[in-house]
Amino acid sequence: MELYELTVHELQEKLDKKEINSQDIVKSYINRIDEKELEINAFITTRKEAALNETMQKENAIPIGIKDNICTKGIKTTCASKMLENFVSPYDATVMENLNNDSIILGKLNMDEFAMGAATEYSAFKKTRNPWNLNKVPGGSSGGSAAAVAANMVPWALGSDTGGSIRQPASFCGVVGLKPTYGLVSRYGLVAFASSLDQIGPITKDVTDCAILLNKIAGTDEKDSTSSNIEKRDYTKAIGKSIKDLKIGLPKEYFGEGINEEVKKAILDVAKKYEQMGAIVEECSLETTDYALATYYIIACAEASSNLGRFDGIRYGYRSSNFNNLKEIYSKSRSEGFGPEVKRRIILGTYVLSSGYYDAYYKKAQKVRTLVKQDFKRLFEKYDVLLTPTSPTVAFDIGTKSNNPLEMYLADICTVSVNIAGVPAISLPATINSEGMPIGFQLIGNHFAEETLFSAAYAFEQENKFREKYKPEFKK
Amino acid sequence: MSREDYEVVMGLEIHAELSTKTKIFCSCPTDFGGEPNTHCCPVCMAMPGALPVLNEKVVEYAVKAGLAMNCEIAENCKNDRKNYFYPDLPKSYQISQFDKPLCNHGYVEIDTKDGKKKIRILRIHIEEDAGKLNHDEYGRGSFVDLNRAGVPLIEIVSEPDIRGPEEADAYFKKIKSILEYIEVSDCKMQEGSLRADVNVSVRKKGDPKLGTRTEMKNMNSFRAIQNAVNYEAQRQIEVIESGGKVEQETLRWDELQGKTFSMRDKEDAQDYRYFPEPDLGMIHISKEYIENVKKTLPELPESRKKRYIEEYKLPEYDANILTSSKYFSNLFEGAVEKCGSAKAVSNWIMSDITGYLNENEIEPEKIPFTAENLAELITLIDKGTISSSIAKKVLPEMFEGEEKSPREIIEKNGWVQISDEGAIKEVVAKVLEANPQSIIDYKAGKDRALGFLVGQAMKETKGKANPGMLNKMFLEELNK
Repeated sequence: MELYELTVHELQEKLDKKEINSQDIVKSYINRIDEKELEINAFITTRKEAALNETMQKENAIPIGIKDNICTKGIKTTCASKMLENFVSPYDATVMENLNNDSIILGKLNMDEFAMGAATEYSAFKKTRNPWNLNKVPGGSSGGSAAAVAANMVPWALGSDTGGSIRQPASFCGVVGLKPTYGLVSRYGLVAFASSLDQIGPITKDVTDCAILLNKIAGTDEKDSTSSNIEKRDYTKAIGKSIKDLKIGLPKEYFGEGINEEVKKAILDVAKKYEQMGAIVEECSLETTDYALATYYIIACAEASSNLGRFDGIRYGYRSSNFNNLKEIYSKSRSEGFGPEVKRRIILGTYVLSSGYYDAYYKKAQKVRTLVKQDFKRLFEKYDVLLTPTSPTVAFDIGTKSNNPLEMYLADICTVSVNIAGVPAISLPATINSEGMPIGFQLIGNHFAEETLFSAAYAFEQENKFREKYKPEFKK
Repeated sequence: MSREDYEVVMGLEIHAELSTKTKIFCSCPTDFGGEPNTHCCPVCMAMPGALPVLNEKVVEYAVKAGLAMNCEIAENCKNDRKNYFYPDLPKSYQISQFDKPLCNHGYVEIDTKDGKKKIRILRIHIEEDAGKLNHDEYGRGSFVDLNRAGVPLIEIVSEPDIRGPEEADAYFKKIKSILEYIEVSDCKMQEGSLRADVNVSVRKKGDPKLGTRTEMKNMNSFRAIQNAVNYEAQRQIEVIESGGKVEQETLRWDELQGKTFSMRDKEDAQDYRYFPEPDLGMIHISKEYIENVKKTLPELPESRKKRYIEEYKLPEYDANILTSSKYFSNLFEGAVEKCGSAKAVSNWIMSDITGYLNENEIEPEKIPFTAENLAELITLIDKGTISSSIAKKVLPEMFEGEEKSPREIIEKNGWVQISDEGAIKEVVAKVLEANPQSIIDYKAGKDRALGFLVGQAMKETKGKANPGMLNKMFLEELNK
């Protein structure tokens, strides 16, 4: 067995026993990258030599892949945009500081430009392919992170999730992805898409790794006013806890129209399995589900239109060489530097904040947001977790949705409510469909109930043994 | 109709930089000057991924200002983003406060020719300053300096209660004086740390409806405001008198040409797309917090004024001027404590010191000597060590010279008063001998002759003779 096939907790065991050192691990992954990257296109930046050099000082470190919208000092942070093609951050994101001592960055991973998309097709640089079938998308926006983990090109990775950008690609690629509670992980150094929704989170091979990586990155940060100051917890303690009498709600809105039949069946099978394992499963209703997608796109685009204002061609990033005055520096740099999806969302966001439209869109969306939160609150008085599909479909073919934004937006339908409410959710593989593509399911927990999610997810993982049964085939 | 038939209505939006040590959303220093872009970090340069964290001192200072201006302090307020593109605004939005400012509904009192008047304050909110553009003199472009970006500001918005340039001047000075007293802003107008946007409209006297207003931005001298308002009011009256309509617009005041100019065309009307700042939480202010800030407020000008009138028996007029500036007031109180003579200290500040400041266009905060120095000067006069006329020569030295101690100045210049009887007798004899006609005039009942003789003797001694002794001795000689 190659080292790159192991999970991080398995590697850690070997490190602890001094059977291997970080150099062995990094070498194994570099070989794997050399072997698979041409097919997958997961990386925007690789740092093979630098990573090898770092193993000299960090003998027990574990390599990691980082989504390219998380600032890494001295390494390019492009957000998969022409706007930041050559941008090198002068500082490290807080999560990078947290990881620094026992991690080695293998590279920066592809994504949809500024994290806007659901297929990683909106990267300005390359299209990442799904390791299970190279004609399929890996999902998005953290498609590079999910594909790299699934293809064993990194042992684990960080992604970011604004409306499903960790969970949906994790589901498409058959790996585990967690969107933590809003405020659990510092956003300082995460290039902002929608400030009130963004969260950094782990994408890993299994649930245990997910808990270990969350341990490393979670924590209050005085540089981020929205980070919460709850005390530090050891999430690995939740691994292996009994789920007997765990109350699981199945919100019926997630099993209606638009959900692929195979997906629906797979998730209902998951529910059955949970029942067999001693959990109590009940149908319930999350009434605000129908309004979540519209609400999400209004709030996310409004915030994005403002957050992306700083890319103005003045201080850093792309500047058009073809301008006659200040207005043209702005209009041309932004027209040439941003891709079509980013522009679409900036325009949408600018529109909903404009005077005369603010009340009808942004303000109303904020009111619905309150209702969504109340909806979840009501359900969590009764249930420990909610079980839903992560995505209404499995990974779709490259090129089939990229020219139809509305259809692309529908890919987020199962995931956005979670971000609107700020609650945590984990996606893990259930099974594969008839085409051999992974189907993932989502467990949603109450605020700061990541431990419950880990217990429930781990119990299922142990029962299901997805990693033992299925492996990506790199089908052409 | 003439100008007298119109009333000029004004509102001021005063921006004051707060004198916190660090910026409003990061820990960069707020110091003025410095090499361009040296007081900067990822946050105030708006690097991708950087986030703001509110400096709590800013809230404290703003609450202090709100309390000193009789405002209600909001229990809950928030920050909002004001979105617009400009190279001095690195995030392309300014973090400000829109619909929920920190302080609401206050007032300050000003003195007008018709007595006291309350000017209501609509709101005070906190926000960040922008950077600065340095335009290349050879036209090669503009350079962005972000040292000032993120320096905390409060914006104090008045109701349109101000009538005419005199009241505007009194109001602006009052606000400046309060901010200085409570030590939340150094109010250095030349450095731009205190500036005002002035709204002006005119209406026929008795008309209850407000006219259309124009706004002049970034006025940073009292004189400019006076001139600009006078010009702009006249311009609006002329527009109306000639049958036209005043357009609501933003104007730029050109001090050299003495004219206002339109700044933006209307199709550029800004939509700032305000929305709540998602990177910062709500600001909650407890009653307890407000009480604690209240305790740190120093005695304010109104209360000092009352005390000066009661305790030191000063006329109201004097008390008004002395408390108009923290610097005057502190100089006054410090000097009185040392020399004990309130009336004398008051006179010196009101006449000679103010005179010197006005003549040389110096602000009171630039007075270079201490209250001890002033007290010493007054004590030297009291003791007869120097005459008042010598003292009037000492004061400019105190302003301009290296040496600030009056005693040292006198000694260095040999200005000690001549009080030696023999020496004075000699001078008197000499002057009488040289002016026989004055003796005849005096004897003929012309009292003015005595003054002339004393003046001549002063001239002879370069002002150093003790004037009391001179008077006495001349009288003795003349009445012999």
